[in-house]
Amino acid sequence: MNVADLERIYDLLADTIDAVPEDKVRLFLAKFALLAAHALDDARQVTALIENAKADL
Amino acid sequence: MHQPNDEPRKSIYYCYQVFPPYLPHGAQPRQKVVIVGAGPVGMTLALLLARYRIPSVLIESEVQVSEGSRAIVYTRRSMEILQQAGVARRIAEVGLPWRFGNSYYRGHRVFRMEAPHDEDSRFYPMINLQQQYLEEFLLDEVHRSGLVEVRWGNKLVGLSQRDDGVEARIDTPRGEYTLSTDWLVAADGARSSVRSLMGLSLVGASYTGRFVIADIKIDLDLPTERLAFFDPEWNPGNTVLMHRQPFGIWRIDFRLPEGEEPEEALRFEVLAARIDAHLRMIGYEGKSWELGWCSVYSARALTLEDYVHGNVVFVGDAAHVLPIFGVRGANTGFQDAFDLAWKLAFTLHGWSGRSLLTSYSEERVGAAKEIIEEAGRSTRFMTPPTTGHRTMRDAVLSLSIENGFVGPLFHWRTSRPHVYARSRLNARDDDQALFLEGPVDGAPIPNVKLGLDDFLLDHWDESIHLLVFTEHEALPADVTTLQQRLRARGVPLRLLAISLGRRRVEGADLTLPDPEGRCWRKYGASADGATYLVRPDQHVAARWGNCTAHRIAPALERLVNRLGESA
Repeated sequence: MNVADLERIYDLLADTIDAVPEDKVRLFLAKFALLAAHALDDARQVTALIENAKADL
Repeated sequence: MHQPNDEPRKSIYYCYQVFPPYLPHGAQPRQKVVIVGAGPVGMTLALLLARYRIPSVLIESEVQVSEGSRAIVYTRRSMEILQQAGVARRIAEVGLPWRFGNSYYRGHRVFRMEAPHDEDSRFYPMINLQQQYLEEFLLDEVHRSGLVEVRWGNKLVGLSQRDDGVEARIDTPRGEYTLSTDWLVAADGARSSVRSLMGLSLVGASYTGRFVIADIKIDLDLPTERLAFFDPEWNPGNTVLMHRQPFGIWRIDFRLPEGEEPEEALRFEVLAARIDAHLRMIGYEGKSWELGWCSVYSARALTLEDYVHGNVVFVGDAAHVLPIFGVRGANTGFQDAFDLAWKLAFTLHGWSGRSLLTSYSEERVGAAKEIIEEAGRSTRFMTPPTTGHRTMRDAVLSLSIENGFVGPLFHWRTSRPHVYARSRLNARDDDQALFLEGPVDGAPIPNVKLGLDDFLLDHWDESIHLLVFTEHEALPADVTTLQQRLRARGVPLRLLAISLGRRRVEGADLTLPDPEGRCWRKYGASADGATYLVRPDQHVAARWGNCTAHRIAPALERLVNRLGESA
């Protein structure tokens, strides 16, 4: 993904987090993660990404 | 009566000189240009105007140069402009050049920015110098020019516009006087009195974040690179920036905690505790330091919608207030001054109509809006305004330790020269599409190293330039005739030949030998006769595959009126 697209996604996610009700942010992010996993269609890679996201919290 | 503070400002590295205020006496002859504000942008504009023999009067409410280091980073583009104003060499002598920016998070360097720098660059991407020195160098040049009068201790208190000019009311330690002028330029900064006297307001966004700016004298064995510390332990969620300045001074910027008043943040004990905590975090615990200057700054991204109002023109922070992230303050102002200077001079000399000044407003408002868009991203990353932005920013920081792909999201992009791609001054029917390389219409021309301590832009002057890439022994006769026609009216058009094999091309004012073809390649000159029409501010107006007067003349007419007639 090029930098301009990455920036757009960053802003879109930020704005969407602000747009959904505050108590639904986790639900939104979890749904987005499942949709992204489904689109990736690669269980091994999704597992590795989950490990990666868990690091350095 | 205006009573400026005539106590020399205190500084631990700079010796302030207090200038006597100008006291009104006798008749006040009408001026061509009055510039309100003798800061870096106002003085640069005055010097650039002086190259066209346009005299100006600088009105300055203070009686000494600026308090504190303020603007400390100048870009390569600013240095190219300041070279035209005659001060770049002195800045380069004392300034600290740099090209790397580092972002730290939890002790890791998570992103390193490298600004491009190659042998064609006369100046570094960035150079650091306290604003007082820059103003001193500009002031020396102003005095040398003989065309610029600085009126210290003169404060603008009123203005009215007439059909053909402006009347300014000016207060001094001896009372008020009126000064009439054809043009008045507002270069009086973010709190512009011209702007408020005219009731004009800025549009755009203010960010909630307020930043403390502190200069300390301390001996740190760190290179001259920009340092940014995200989410430091002593200031969770916030960002700390550090810049090295000449004479052993470091700038430290950090965001005020939410809800804290500036007075509290600037209280010495509070400030000192934070500076000590930061020094401890970066491994300099207990290191002694001395406070030089401190201030509080609010991040705002605002601009006027139009920079020309009748015969009043706005430049620099008076026209727009931009976040400091990405060194976009003074560096944007110098580009305003460079764009305005030739257009105002051409209008005053009668070489062009007012539409040239309309193009100033269009080009620079466009630039400001693009900067606001870009600076908005940097600012939102430094000081996330909402939960959503804070969440995403923190996600990027957390990812950054192991995942390089998020690096660009740190938004390290810094001030860059604007490309006036849609300018009304760009030719409509040139050969732009034929060029595979080189600056596009509206872009600033790139510098090229020609020899030892010898660069293309060193040869630039206040003229419109025609760059002709040629191997012929002479420039076409119709082109030199066109030049003579313009010169008869006083319009400066300079013919520069760039030749692979010839030392002298007949008809050119100057021939620059390019034996290795480096300049030819950089400008995409694939065939003999490739020609660039370049504005005095070094932006391309047109380019062609061959050099013929019947194509050049219409493009020139966009810059200069009544081409066919004598004045």
